[in-house]
Amino acid sequence: MRHGKYPFIIGFLVVPVALYVTFVVAAYVQTFQLAFTDWSGLGPISYVGFENFVTMWNDSLFWRSVQHNLFVLLVLPIITIALALVFAFLLNVGGGHKGGTTRGVWGSKLYRVLFFFPQLLALAIVAVIFGRVYSPDESGLINGLLPSGSEPILFLADGNIALISIVAVLVWQSVGFYVVLFSAGMGSISTEIYEAAAIDGANRVTLFFRITVPLLWQTIQVAWVYLGIAAFDCFALVNIMSVERGGPDGATSVLSLMIYRNAFEFSQAGYASALGVSLFILTLAFAALTLRVTRRDAVEM
Amino acid sequence: MTSTEAPAAVPAKTSSAGRKPDTKREVNAFSSLAHIALFVWALATAGPLIWVVLSSFKNNTEIFLGQPFGLPSSFSFQSYLDAWTTAHVGQYFLNSVFVVVLSTAGTMLLGSMAAYVLARYRFPGNRAIYYLFVSGLAFPTFMALVPLFFILKSFGLINTFTGLILVYIAYSLPFTVFFMAAFFKTLPMEIEEAATMDGASHTRKFFQIMVPMAKSGLVSITIFNIVGQWNQYLLPVAIMQGAGADSKWVLTQGIANISTSAGYQAQWSTLFAALTLSILPMIIVYAIFQRQIQAGLTAGAVK
Repeated sequence: MRHGKYPFIIGFLVVPVALYVTFVVAAYVQTFQLAFTDWSGLGPISYVGFENFVTMWNDSLFWRSVQHNLFVLLVLPIITIALALVFAFLLNVGGGHKGGTTRGVWGSKLYRVLFFFPQLLALAIVAVIFGRVYSPDESGLINGLLPSGSEPILFLADGNIALISIVAVLVWQSVGFYVVLFSAGMGSISTEIYEAAAIDGANRVTLFFRITVPLLWQTIQVAWVYLGIAAFDCFALVNIMSVERGGPDGATSVLSLMIYRNAFEFSQAGYASALGVSLFILTLAFAALTLRVTRRDAVEM
Repeated sequence: MTSTEAPAAVPAKTSSAGRKPDTKREVNAFSSLAHIALFVWALATAGPLIWVVLSSFKNNTEIFLGQPFGLPSSFSFQSYLDAWTTAHVGQYFLNSVFVVVLSTAGTMLLGSMAAYVLARYRFPGNRAIYYLFVSGLAFPTFMALVPLFFILKSFGLINTFTGLILVYIAYSLPFTVFFMAAFFKTLPMEIEEAATMDGASHTRKFFQIMVPMAKSGLVSITIFNIVGQWNQYLLPVAIMQGAGADSKWVLTQGIANISTSAGYQAQWSTLFAALTLSILPMIIVYAIFQRQIQAGLTAGAVK
């Protein structure tokens, strides 16, 4: 060959690999290393064995944060996927079958465009918007709509509903994305299947549970993984929306916020890294569990 | 009831579907329920956004009136002027544009170069490098945050655009490489072989033959990266800190900060104007590229 193959390969790979190794691989590796030190972020580094993990085990805020992460992990995907499936079904099949084809309801295209839009907004911007929507006085969208004289709802200041109020914001933003995703899946389900079922006397509820959901199972699985990853993050929402960042009284604290605050506010780089390792283990466990639980025979089309 | 509304083109099929006499009533009831459900969600989606725009024109008294969707007494753009200049939204906006243009361009160039070589050349270590990139998809960015900060610090890149751009590129590579490698694999070999016969160099083949052929995949992933990097909050918050950092903040960071200070200074209309200014470009871009954006963002999930 006239032009050398290897100089070309190396030339194309060297910059991306160097960048990736320096900023990504090295950082992940060092997290495991720093987790065993008491480093503050400045000065000498000394190894302390499992001390950080012992501290973590006895840290009640850590356990509360894990609980909150697991709560979001359960609630966010269930609500989002259920809503998105129903909406996608209505948009694609809800219009009934006329003239031999199953159709979506009138205006389905417009709905899909509108529902999807929040996905484009940065979570940080959405957090600021909903911080105002939830405002505990008359200036909030929801409390402003309540009849005057009624007791205002303290969405973010009431520890009992603060976390679910934040999850609701994530649902608000995510549903449209999954409507589009599920719609694409439903579009590839042959209309003949629906036709055949309809002729056999299946109503819409049966169609939904017996045909749509099984045929979309793989897409639903992907959606679950995506939402699970989002559930482990939540940093932007909690950092911006919650009172006293993670409050009231730790009611909305999540692992990501704990990592950030320990690293950059409490000068506990070692402890923050240990928290990072535990977050990683939780993520892995979630991924393994998802694959196991949702594994069922995919329906071939 | 044989369907009277069915188009004439398909008469044969409809008669068999018309066997159930109550089909039509069921459809109507279902259909109106469907409409109500969809309409309620449409209101829930658009409501907060319309409210933000309306509130940006109101003064503080009007905002606290308890009539969220009441019209403002006058439409003055003063709050927008305040947001753009005194609250620095203009500066943040330009910073975001600057960073995202360079980082997305860099991501696409480096990512597709690596993906191309990994997808179409055999050499020792190929699989190892490929899996090194792809494994990055499994780790939460959060986990790397602490060491990342100190790595950047050791290079003197904290609180610099260069640092932010390099980090954006590095953290966008796993998905870009993963997706583009799969895409390059699907492209036919014949044209490439013909070009080799004609004596085209490897580099020329990539830029003049493969890149144009991979256009649809490149467009999807470019959109995916633009949206992802534009919306990034965690990385800039961690990296753009220190003395004088506020002049280099990106939009997400800046708006979040305005929302904190608006509380102290009671300048709510400025905050709403700032929010409108950050939503508006997204609406315009979405209106123009709606189809491509939906395709680009869902590309990751569909595989």
